Amino acid sequence: MSGGLYSMEKRDFSTELDLTKLKPYGDTMNDGKVQLSFTLPVADNPTSEEAAKQVLLSMGLKEPLITCHQALDKNFTFFVGYGQLEKTLDYTQIHVKAVEVDVLSMEETDQFIRTKLGRPIRVLGASTGTDAHTVGIDAIMNMKGYAGHYGLERYGMIEALNLGSQVPNEDFIRKALEYRADVLLVSQTVTQKNVHIQNITELIELLEAEGLREKFLVIIGGPRISHELAKELGCDAGFGPGSYADNVASYIVEELAKRKEAGLFSVGDLSKEQN
Amino acid sequence: MAELHLDGQKVCEAREAAAAIVRQTVEELDDRSTVTVERTVLRLMGIDGINDAGVPLPNLVIEQLQEEGLLGQGASYWMGRACLSLGKSPQEVAELCAQGDFSFRQLEPVDAFQIRVWGEGEAEKSLKRILASRSRRDEYLKRFGDHGGPLLYVIVATGNIYEDIVQAKAAAKQGADVIAVIRTTGQSLLDYVPYGATTEGFGGTMATQENFRLMRKALDESGEELHRYIRLCNYCSGLCMPEIAVMGAFERLDVMLNDALYGILFRDINMQRTLIDQRFSRLINGVAGVIINTGEDNYLTTADAFEEAHTVLASQFINEQFALDAGMPEEQMGLGHAFEMDPELENAFLYEFAQAQMARQIFPHAPLKYMPPTKYMTGNIFRGHIQDALFNIITVISKQRIHLLGMLTEAIHTPFMSDRALSIENARYIARSLRDFGDDISFKPGGIMEERAAFVLDQALELLRNIQRDGLFRTLELGRFADIKRPLDGGKGLAGVFHKEENYLNPFHDLFMSAAEDNMQQTRAAREEQQGKAANWVAEEREIQTPAEGGCTK
Repeated sequence: MSGGLYSMEKRDFSTELDLTKLKPYGDTMNDGKVQLSFTLPVADNPTSEEAAKQVLLSMGLKEPLITCHQALDKNFTFFVGYGQLEKTLDYTQIHVKAVEVDVLSMEETDQFIRTKLGRPIRVLGASTGTDAHTVGIDAIMNMKGYAGHYGLERYGMIEALNLGSQVPNEDFIRKALEYRADVLLVSQTVTQKNVHIQNITELIELLEAEGLREKFLVIIGGPRISHELAKELGCDAGFGPGSYADNVASYIVEELAKRKEAGLFSVGDLSKEQN
Repeated sequence: MAELHLDGQKVCEAREAAAAIVRQTVEELDDRSTVTVERTVLRLMGIDGINDAGVPLPNLVIEQLQEEGLLGQGASYWMGRACLSLGKSPQEVAELCAQGDFSFRQLEPVDAFQIRVWGEGEAEKSLKRILASRSRRDEYLKRFGDHGGPLLYVIVATGNIYEDIVQAKAAAKQGADVIAVIRTTGQSLLDYVPYGATTEGFGGTMATQENFRLMRKALDESGEELHRYIRLCNYCSGLCMPEIAVMGAFERLDVMLNDALYGILFRDINMQRTLIDQRFSRLINGVAGVIINTGEDNYLTTADAFEEAHTVLASQFINEQFALDAGMPEEQMGLGHAFEMDPELENAFLYEFAQAQMARQIFPHAPLKYMPPTKYMTGNIFRGHIQDALFNIITVISKQRIHLLGMLTEAIHTPFMSDRALSIENARYIARSLRDFGDDISFKPGGIMEERAAFVLDQALELLRNIQRDGLFRTLELGRFADIKRPLDGGKGLAGVFHKEENYLNPFHDLFMSAAEDNMQQTRAAREEQQGKAANWVAEEREIQTPAEGGCTK
């Protein structure tokens, strides 16, 4: 805290951006500055403040600075700290598996379905297992959507049914057959003790055991879901934070079009009432 | 306190429509009881414990009565007959049931009058136990005093009751007034109440009587240390509403979530089942002096907070009438609402403020529960902390009572100990800094805020009239709340509803009803005394009246 408002330290590093040696940015290229906060289960005193500094050092941060230490209870102390990351990383070598698709607008998606798929598609969604949270599935499916992105219910060429929360996997599959769903959308919000992994694994195993896996496009989403994780678990795609209905819809129609080409999509007519 | 101009006549009409809705609903369900209500009766008799397979004894007894086709007369009748003819206590009879070689049908006949007298004796005993627990709370509050501002409400949710206690004590020390122990995911759909101390849970901790007792004891210890009474909150919602209400009454919980509409909409619990359960649970909560929390805030997590504000108000009116029907005074009705508008919306703060102020004025005696932003918390913790600050400002100026603190890490994880501390720090700073702001301002007549409140009230009134026309059941079938549709004969728990036979007996209900009337009278007398004391309070000038204070002046 006594460091003063302006940094007077001499810079002994290059201030040119080099993507093969990427570092966090504070106010100068390559300064490596990061901020973090954490709690230690010890009393607030000079020893614990030093311990907090050492936490930063052990993380590979140079010039550790503890700017705030505050007792939360007799034996718990909260710290805010800053440091400089020494290590660099090679940005050019990073490859992320994400759903790669051009995002279409709602109207474009509807048009795509009319021209390329030839019939309305049916999407069944739920927050499955014991998960009681519907905020994710609601954001994607409900008419209103989220943050200005309309939900699937509003799409003219998508029939969307949201079963809500706490739907057992068995019921979900039964309903999927009844509804003749093309796509299963599963939302998982609670991730404590990896309950979401177990639940999705169970869903895929049940589908495979019944010989139904190929019948549906299986998509999962949630705050801790990535496309990579989804693929690992045997799903077709995964959507993490910051995904909206249009991301999901665009992926769905493109994927179904591919399936249609491969003869894996049952054709029908354009009326939405055919169910 | 600054007041928005509201049309008192419309408030009154909305209240009357809600009263009519509740009357219709209650009448329709009056000839029915549920397995949960009957298990509750057994718990009130003191029956507790589980069998070797972990099944609670109250469940075993009710299942036995169902198998023998006897439940239509009520658990009180058969338990009375068993105890009197065998000379045993209810617990002993339940244990016999658990052993398996027991039949109610083969019991000696006992005079019906004798059974009724026995039942009334059991009801008296349970009421005494509940009132003893209630007076301990009163003693604590008398000894430590109670602050008048918003009660800071935080959650603990580790899954392990012993870890919860560590977190709860730390939170109390940081300034929390109410500790809510979040239940494990999925407990609301269990048709029994788990037993004993528990250390495993997902996203929360099992609500069990032993967990209640452990946390109560820990918070009493903190209270002694801090010279404040720390309130404890848990959930009597889901398929076991009244059973958990009893556990809460015995173990001195202070606040309990209780809302059938929430269960119907968000947990797909059958509407008949849960409305019957709710009535008995509110009766018990009322007598125990527990403040209930209703779940209107949840509507705004699925539906839009700006467009659907009137559904919150309409539901508050209905919940108020359901509570009055169960003999609960306004002082125990923690009606819910929330700060959930999109931060991108211009003037969102004004609309939120108008709505919070409107709720405060329409339900002047209710300890309103105001919920923080959740829907638009994005993981940007820095913006989140500011959203929470705006919410805190409205809470303080519009004098909400139960102030559920938002966490900057909402939507990321169950709160860290430090998240909670930062939230409390934020709330206390704002409460201190804006302490008398609400008393020092006035609203611009016909301004954005008055217009907003008038608009929401108009829409709520219209919705209530439509519900009155169609009935509550039909309204839920049509999906008028939170955009969710629920069928009358769908959802979980319908199998647990049964028709009462002519000689059905539930002396607990009857005795608690009269105890509830006493509670209502005492609370209102205390209110009048307090109002008499407040020098600048002129009751006659108030435009809005609660139902107890008089009907509409047409």
